[in-house]
Amino acid sequence: MNKTVFLGALTVAGLAAGASAAATLDDVKARGKLNCGVTTGLAGFAAPDANGVWEGFDVAVCRAVAAAVLSDANAVEFVPTTGKTRFTALASGEIDMLSRNTTWTFSRDTDLKFDFAGINYYDGQGFLVPKALGVSSAKELDGATVCIQTGTTTELNLADFFRANNISYEPVPIETNAEGQQQYVAGACDAYTTDASGLASTRAAFENPADHVILPEIISKEPLGPLVRHGDNEWGDIVRWTLNALISAEELGITSANVAELASAPGGNPEVNRLLGTEGNLGEMMGLDNEWAKRAIAAVGNYGEVFEKNIGEKTPIGLSRGLNAQWTDGGLLYSPPFR
Amino acid sequence: MTTISDPPKASFQLSMLIYDTRFRSYTFQFIALILLMLLLGYLGANLMRNLSDQGQNISFRFLQEPANYDINQRPIAYDSQSSHLRASIVGVLNTLIVAFLGCLTATVLGVVAGVLRLSPNWLVRKLMAVYVEAFRNVPVLIWILIIFTVMTAVMPAPSAFRGENATASMLFDAVAFTNRGVYVPAPVWGEGSMVVVLTFLASIVGVFAYRRYATRLLYETGRLLPMGWPSLAILFVPSILVHFVMGQPVTLDYPALKGFNFGGGLHIRGSLIALWFALAIYTGAFIAENVRAGIQAVSRGQTEAAASLGLRPNRIMNLVILPQALRVIIPPLISQYLNLTKNSSLAIAVGYMDVTGTLGGITLNQTGRAIECVLLLMLFYLTISLAISAVMNVYNKSIALKER
Amino acid sequence: MSRDNIAFVRTHMLPESPPPAAERGAVKWLRENLFSSVGNTVLTLVAAYVVIMLVVSSAPWFYNGIWDSPSLSACREMLDGRTGACFAVLTERWNQLLFGFKYPPALYWRPTLAFVLLFVALAPVLFYRYMPRGLLILTGLYPFIAYWLIWGGSLMVPVFALLGVLAGALVYRRMLTVSAGVAVLAGIVAAMVVWWAAGRVTPSLADVMALQPVASRDMGGFMINLMLGVICVSLSLPFGILLALGRQSSMPIIKWICVVFIEFIRGVPLITLLFVANVVLAYFLPPGTTFDLILRVIIMITMFASAYIAEVIRGGLAALPRGQYEAADSLGLDYAQAMQFVILPQALKISIPGIVNVAVGLFKDTTLVSIISMFDIVGMIRGPILASTEWNGVYWELFGFACVLFFITCYGISQYSQWLERELRTDHR
Repeated sequence: MNKTVFLGALTVAGLAAGASAAATLDDVKARGKLNCGVTTGLAGFAAPDANGVWEGFDVAVCRAVAAAVLSDANAVEFVPTTGKTRFTALASGEIDMLSRNTTWTFSRDTDLKFDFAGINYYDGQGFLVPKALGVSSAKELDGATVCIQTGTTTELNLADFFRANNISYEPVPIETNAEGQQQYVAGACDAYTTDASGLASTRAAFENPADHVILPEIISKEPLGPLVRHGDNEWGDIVRWTLNALISAEELGITSANVAELASAPGGNPEVNRLLGTEGNLGEMMGLDNEWAKRAIAAVGNYGEVFEKNIGEKTPIGLSRGLNAQWTDGGLLYSPPFR
Repeated sequence: MTTISDPPKASFQLSMLIYDTRFRSYTFQFIALILLMLLLGYLGANLMRNLSDQGQNISFRFLQEPANYDINQRPIAYDSQSSHLRASIVGVLNTLIVAFLGCLTATVLGVVAGVLRLSPNWLVRKLMAVYVEAFRNVPVLIWILIIFTVMTAVMPAPSAFRGENATASMLFDAVAFTNRGVYVPAPVWGEGSMVVVLTFLASIVGVFAYRRYATRLLYETGRLLPMGWPSLAILFVPSILVHFVMGQPVTLDYPALKGFNFGGGLHIRGSLIALWFALAIYTGAFIAENVRAGIQAVSRGQTEAAASLGLRPNRIMNLVILPQALRVIIPPLISQYLNLTKNSSLAIAVGYMDVTGTLGGITLNQTGRAIECVLLLMLFYLTISLAISAVMNVYNKSIALKER
Repeated sequence: MSRDNIAFVRTHMLPESPPPAAERGAVKWLRENLFSSVGNTVLTLVAAYVVIMLVVSSAPWFYNGIWDSPSLSACREMLDGRTGACFAVLTERWNQLLFGFKYPPALYWRPTLAFVLLFVALAPVLFYRYMPRGLLILTGLYPFIAYWLIWGGSLMVPVFALLGVLAGALVYRRMLTVSAGVAVLAGIVAAMVVWWAAGRVTPSLADVMALQPVASRDMGGFMINLMLGVICVSLSLPFGILLALGRQSSMPIIKWICVVFIEFIRGVPLITLLFVANVVLAYFLPPGTTFDLILRVIIMITMFASAYIAEVIRGGLAALPRGQYEAADSLGLDYAQAMQFVILPQALKISIPGIVNVAVGLFKDTTLVSIISMFDIVGMIRGPILASTEWNGVYWELFGFACVLFFITCYGISQYSQWLERELRTDHR
């Protein structure tokens, strides 16, 4: 009887899950792996490469947290989630954190009971149209067929935008980015709308990216960031400050190349020293050791490096820093001080 | 193990709960009930604890809140400010639309294929066998996706119809096949069109009345009236006459290129077509088998008896075989309808906004009320299937009464 | 009068002359089967036209097919404007289509071996009249071996699971003299005890005979469909039998529990149950418990299949003549014995076609898991493969391939079922 395969698997699952308790940090340490929710595949942000290794901008955040907590940037179990499953997966504890270009909104923070650990990408919703359509502004899209990922804030923004401008459209709901791409390429919709970064990433995957333009209108604010469950503040702090460490590192000139050298002995800048654990005991305050930030930076690089490597102007995605530059360069990235 | 001798009465022992057949069933039922209660209690307690841990609750108030999203196919008035409840109702109607269209088409396909599978023509028989086997043995989801792909990737885009060197053209200048669906002329109900509609409805009644009359005449006097063309004439002639007498109140709105898409006309979306045809063809293959089994269940002697009475082959089919076969065909046919309705929930794979797409899809995603949404969704399907089961029971009773 | 003038009297038989050309061989067959009447001729011509059109339009597509090319654009170049298929997508993504994109390539032999062993294990059941009964042991062992091969990990896990089952079976045998219900309960308790005890020691034996473990979420492709189909159908058989017996039971409470369960499950589409597995089930488990999506899906599909199989078996039970029940009673058999030796063997035999139908339907329905973002074969095609830059736009080859796989499997199963029906036919002898 095959009954036992199931029961055997149940036992195994039960053993694996048995130790689960309230403190996520302890769980992660006990498990030796970080369960991190990512998208099912969005080039540049999170996508498995040819060998099945996950890579991307959102993936780097997961890896940084794993490096900080578990001292191993590869100790991450990536759980692909769709717009529909991501919140349940997080709420049920299937994943420890969600790093899946998720917009920080009021209701998600309060009603859905999640904590956003910060913002790793300031985005806005845009439209991708074929050049042949001859459209130069989103307001000219009256009567257009628009492909849209369901279960995202973009769906609501789109409805608001067209209502506010008193023009009509025909929504074509799709489940994943891959599908949206196919429908758009096949011409089943005139325009594809999602976060501008996602559009850039999608366009990069096209055979002839130059045949398509992203319209200038950005119709919404989409601050994307990693999130954790409400109520476990220690864990939330770790994710928040790991992200801040990456941002601060860029501001302070710490890179993956020089982090080992800077961390070997206290240097001239006290904040660098505190961040890298050569001075003070910031790590201990979070329940980690003092080298947590050093490991995170060594594993993935500082924010700027992560950006350039995955989605920057030299990659096929080709995003410029824009709003995502450091505050010192006129952007919005502003990490609270490490003190 | 039944005992013949009288068991001693007075001395009740605990072990009798297990060994005595009189009490054993109570013991089992009691244990089963306790276990069920424990299970439900356990699940309920977990639910409560999980919800309170996450600071959530079970509440259906979200149904009254504005849905904030748009739906492309709206049988009733709906915009993004309507409530989630209204969005769900739109979804329910869309489910019923596709289920109705699917059942209708599947029945036609299934009956034709089922009858042709018994045709004396070898080629047709084999062709139908190929159809039935090919569609029965491949998941309906794949068929839906294939037809949807045909609709989106193979059909020309509306832009192909535009300009001097258009690569696609409309059929009879009235029907446009595009990768966003099919545009067909839509009737516009002008003033006085009510009369035309009423006339048409009356004609339908008239057709039935005529056929009844003809049958009675046949049974009573043996006179044979033609059935086919008078039925058609009664059905259409009066309506068309009234239509012209009233000054053509019903006009057609032809689709025409407008902006990015076609404007006007009736837009049958690719997702609806994919779902409709895939479900119809798939279910049709099953219905064909039911029809074939039903016809074969009528014993050969009936055909031979009818033939020896001198009936022509098509009359044998209509008057002798089919009435008997229908008894065998209809119960599984109804359960195929039920299956089709349930399979229409696969709409979500092609973005057709049925109840799974609105209530179980976007509403669930946007509100995060997974338990409430899935519960309502199940209730809806449960209601439909119980209703269909009730119809089936009534039917089964009605044919059972006639049995001799 | 010469001999020539007398009336003709045949002295020897004429050789049989062949039937007229119109009543013979291919011509007769054609006339009777294809051109027997005007209507029939028209039908034949239409059908022939359809067939010829299909063949003519698809032949070059198959004939010109390109089997070796790195991407769709390269393939189109090779075709150079001719009609032709890019079967290269199948060769290039073969492993992904069958095993998903994350199963370690070095370990492909394990699921393949499990698949081959499946036939070895099934053969004694499928052709039990022609195989020695002893081979059934293989069938019994198969689930444990397959689990070990596919999921990997220590051999001890399946071994202990097997021990639990054996313990349960032993206790069941022993207690059967008391009462069937008690025996079932005791058997389950015994198995649970063994599993619980094993659960204590397994972690320390994690390295014994260990294969490299593979997480469920790393599995994908057609493998998932096969796994779900095989596991859920075999699990749902015992549950289905229990539910059917429960529904026939004279005990009202048990009867109503079964009726409500069966009608509820049959009344909702599978996709809503998968939604439950995906987004709702977690709420009903103790806080912090999470188990694999695939396991949750197995639970829900098994529930789904059990309800349908229960209805099929109920039909079989109802079809048995009353006399069989009475005969079993008059022999002095108790409920369990009557069921085991008299009723179920006959009822199950009647139910085989129905069960096979359910199994085929269920196997096809395993593609629905692609909707809840599992990468089964349909999920692989719609997700990673069609979304990749190289193969964006290859539809027919991929969907056609999926169709062929499902067709072969399902058609094979239903052919087997028809064969078995003929084998088991006991009425017209």
